[in-house]
Amino acid sequence: MELKDLSLSKISELLDKKETTSREITEVFLKKIEEMDKKTNAFITVCYERAVDMADTADKRRAKGERGRFLGVPIAVKDNICTEDIKTTCASKILHNFIPPYSATVVEKLLQKGAVILGKTNMDEFAMGSSNETSYFGPVRNPWDLERIPGGSSGGSAVSVAGLESPASLGSDTGGSIRQPASLCGVVGLKPTYGRVSRFGLIAFGSSLDQIGPLTRNVRDCALLLEEIAGYDEKDSTSLPVEVPQYSSLLTGNIKGLKLGVPKEYFIEGMEEGVTKRIKEAIEVFKSLGAEIVDISLPHTDYGIAVYYLIATAEASSNLARFDGVKYGYRAEGLKDLKEMYIKTKKEGFGEEVKRRIMLGTFSLASGYYDAYYNRASKVRTLIKRDFEKAFEKVDAIICPTSPTTAFKLGEKTGDPIKMYLSDVFTINVNLAGVPAISIPCGFDEKNLPVGIQIIGDYLKEADIMNIAHAYEKAVSGFRFSPFI
Amino acid sequence: MPEINKDLVKYVAGLARLAFDETELEDFTNKFKNILNYVEKLGELNVEDVSPTYHPMPVNYAMREDIVKKSLDVERALLNAPDRKDDFFRVPKVVD
Amino acid sequence: MSYEAVIGLEVHAQLLTDSKIFCNCSTKFGSNPNSQVCPICLGMPGVLPKLNKRVVEFAVMLGLATNCRINKSSLFARKNYFYPDLPKGYQISQYELPICENGYIIIKVKGEEKRIGITRIHMEEDAGKLIHEGGASLVDLNRTGTPLLEIVSEPDLRTAEEAVAYLKELRQILLYLGICDGNMEEGSFRCDANVSVRKAGETRFGTKAELKNINSFRFIQRAIEYEIERQIDLIESGGRVVQETRLFDSSKGITISMRGKEEAHDYRYFPDPDLMPVSFDEGFVEEIKAKLPEIPYDKRRRFINEYNLPEYDVEIITTDRDIADFFEETARLFNNPKTISNFIMTEILKELNEKKIGIRDTKITASLLAKLLTLLNENKINTNGARAILPKVMESGRDPESFIEELGLAQISNEDEILKMIDEVLKENQKELQEYLSGKDKLFAFFVGQVMKKSRGKANPKLLNELIKKRLDELASK
Repeated sequence: MELKDLSLSKISELLDKKETTSREITEVFLKKIEEMDKKTNAFITVCYERAVDMADTADKRRAKGERGRFLGVPIAVKDNICTEDIKTTCASKILHNFIPPYSATVVEKLLQKGAVILGKTNMDEFAMGSSNETSYFGPVRNPWDLERIPGGSSGGSAVSVAGLESPASLGSDTGGSIRQPASLCGVVGLKPTYGRVSRFGLIAFGSSLDQIGPLTRNVRDCALLLEEIAGYDEKDSTSLPVEVPQYSSLLTGNIKGLKLGVPKEYFIEGMEEGVTKRIKEAIEVFKSLGAEIVDISLPHTDYGIAVYYLIATAEASSNLARFDGVKYGYRAEGLKDLKEMYIKTKKEGFGEEVKRRIMLGTFSLASGYYDAYYNRASKVRTLIKRDFEKAFEKVDAIICPTSPTTAFKLGEKTGDPIKMYLSDVFTINVNLAGVPAISIPCGFDEKNLPVGIQIIGDYLKEADIMNIAHAYEKAVSGFRFSPFI
Repeated sequence: MPEINKDLVKYVAGLARLAFDETELEDFTNKFKNILNYVEKLGELNVEDVSPTYHPMPVNYAMREDIVKKSLDVERALLNAPDRKDDFFRVPKVVD
Repeated sequence: MSYEAVIGLEVHAQLLTDSKIFCNCSTKFGSNPNSQVCPICLGMPGVLPKLNKRVVEFAVMLGLATNCRINKSSLFARKNYFYPDLPKGYQISQYELPICENGYIIIKVKGEEKRIGITRIHMEEDAGKLIHEGGASLVDLNRTGTPLLEIVSEPDLRTAEEAVAYLKELRQILLYLGICDGNMEEGSFRCDANVSVRKAGETRFGTKAELKNINSFRFIQRAIEYEIERQIDLIESGGRVVQETRLFDSSKGITISMRGKEEAHDYRYFPDPDLMPVSFDEGFVEEIKAKLPEIPYDKRRRFINEYNLPEYDVEIITTDRDIADFFEETARLFNNPKTISNFIMTEILKELNEKKIGIRDTKITASLLAKLLTLLNENKINTNGARAILPKVMESGRDPESFIEELGLAQISNEDEILKMIDEVLKENQKELQEYLSGKDKLFAFFVGQVMKKSRGKANPKLLNELIKKRLDELASK
């Protein structure tokens, strides 16, 4: 049994055929984590004992004749998704000891199906970052080159897949936090339509932007995981009351006659040549599959980052107010009064980037600035959304790079927030509009670092973009999703 | 663009209950200036007649029936409390 | 120089829902600390609010009852501030687009009706409670998330008396609708007052002070009166009113500045991204409208017209909607409204007040009261008898007639029997009889009393009066 073969679908097949047990598979992954994580730091918490218990339970259920795609299948979960009785830290000192008394809806769903939680993956603190360097528990390193960042904020989730530490993982995406690390680590990552997957239990960053989604080895696994976690949740008022298609059965691989839009605004100055080359090749592949390539324009693309950093931070400034040292998490010591409790707790508990964003968001909402900042940004957001709506009147999906660069070196952009924010230039507008998008590997640059291509769909067209991705994956017979194969 | 100086940064920090020491404040004010400078580009657009988007996918509001369900056990509720007394969360005194 | 006060009121009314506004925890008052909390109302990381439909219904009810425009789409907003009783660091409230706007209620002061505007009514969540103990504060989050309606009046009130009349009317409306218990002591009906003064004839408003923490009608009256006086004195002595929050100290009867004790507020309101706009259609409103009870003002007018009752009576019997309903049901069965209202005011309310219960807590029904009043009307019992039977009926719900025998209350209407008692009394009170006969008329009542006593209260009073008069006249003419 080789780790590289253990995709989600393969695992359930092996379990169904009784060729192995959940325990055996779980232990193989736990062993890999133990070995790899010294180098990658992909996990904050590893559930060594609990995972084995869960695997045993799944094996018992299987012994009684029960079957299920996820019964006994191990998975990793980003550490901003609450897991009952398993520490959930958001990679922050302020929650370093937080044990949720409840599970997120997505976790509940997976647990009910008998999935095994291997552990909680490292991330940028409160998902605020594009390089996974802001974690209180130290940066995550990219297995393709340990001197490089894995992308962020779901860096640990992407690395756990690329490093063979898990067959698949859950991440969250507010401005590219699933797709960008997926791209930089050479795996598949999907951000669903806003409201497609319940946010209940996802520790909020930008509430009108956040979505949980899968990071996997291939498109088929992505479809399998998405159909398990998607769907209406009565606990989430922003969740969409729309039935979930069986995505995995809709991967026909046929994209003949589909119109794929290529937005001119997504080929910018400063984009690495290695990336441009691979994307252009990918476009040729789509053509050869019978798709029609259409030039389109998303004219307000350039405003996305500014809009995003005002809206996401405004929401974050309010979402993170609850970390005050009263009910849970870190509280500073030696306090003389209440006011000091707030100030010292937040000063010591939050990292620099988080503080910067709370400040920007607070400013964006402050009396006298609200109209010019938060509200103006919300209006420009409407224009960005309309760009996509107009585009989807003409095309079935949009293809573009996921990130302008491949994985950069640790520390390369930490001193300059704007430079860092620009890493999200291709992913951010998707969140602002609320549409779904997937990133899949499309080869390697000259440094042998993975490049990802992004396929953006209209609202609730996850099946379509996964099918396009699947067709491409089949045509190129997949790229290596891990340096270890 | 408003003038971004240490006083404004201090005011905003006060609202957010954050605090910076002098050197941090310097660095912060500069970075803050750069970011606000960057977002100034939104001023280029005429958005007078554009309505703001607060929710990307507005759906009809599904409300909840008025039904009582079990609350958390007190011990579970206080499990993560940094400080407690009996069944209360305890905080330093509120100064007037 | 004469001055005019300008007063606007903000009322917070806790709603009588079973569960909280955004989660399923109970809203019960007085439970053990932190026993009615869940991850949602504790503001745990990752939780999301889910709106209680009944809160929206109650808000629409109050909006309709106060002549408001109902906004079929309204927004929840976050009000951001830090306090340990506010677990999320923000309160979910409504700001830009509240559910109800532009209404009014009519109050009556010194016989004059006045229309008081309602600016807005909005839905929000209550905070928890802090107990200050030595060098620390203790936090109980049971109350967190209890639904509130905030009702903001226009600055249409001019005196403390008007302010109290407005609050009483508003409270009565809430009680009629059954959406708030109006308990000021427990804080389910709370009031802040914005008070300013200006010189007579001036059209601009003066600088206002906000009075907080006033938990009875009496204190509100005193606090506003004190504050008006204070501001006038200040201006007269050349000072200026500053905009500030002031607390009422009920023991001293004065308001005290909170200046310096609170920071500048910038609540950074913005639409709550976790809650979509609250939307409903006309049908939702129509359904509520159909179920809406008559509001107190309308009921009072109708009672005056329909039952020909004095305003005073109507005021009293409509204070409580159950009593008003009880009156009306009885009036359908017993055709003398004034007798009913008299009996309710003098007897029934006395019983209820003594026992501190409501009419629905007793077993008396309209038909039982009608029967009791019929017995009285037909002289089968007298008022004393009715008074004795009432508590029995309230307790048991049995037919009043069944108590007549049991309590020996049947009225004596037999002339011979009464005459016999009269003669006995006159015989036993020779001295008084002589005095009466020599002109001391006042003693007539004495004889009536004595005979009534002899009959143990059962003599038919009308007949008794007639017979005594007749007998005394006979004696006098001798």
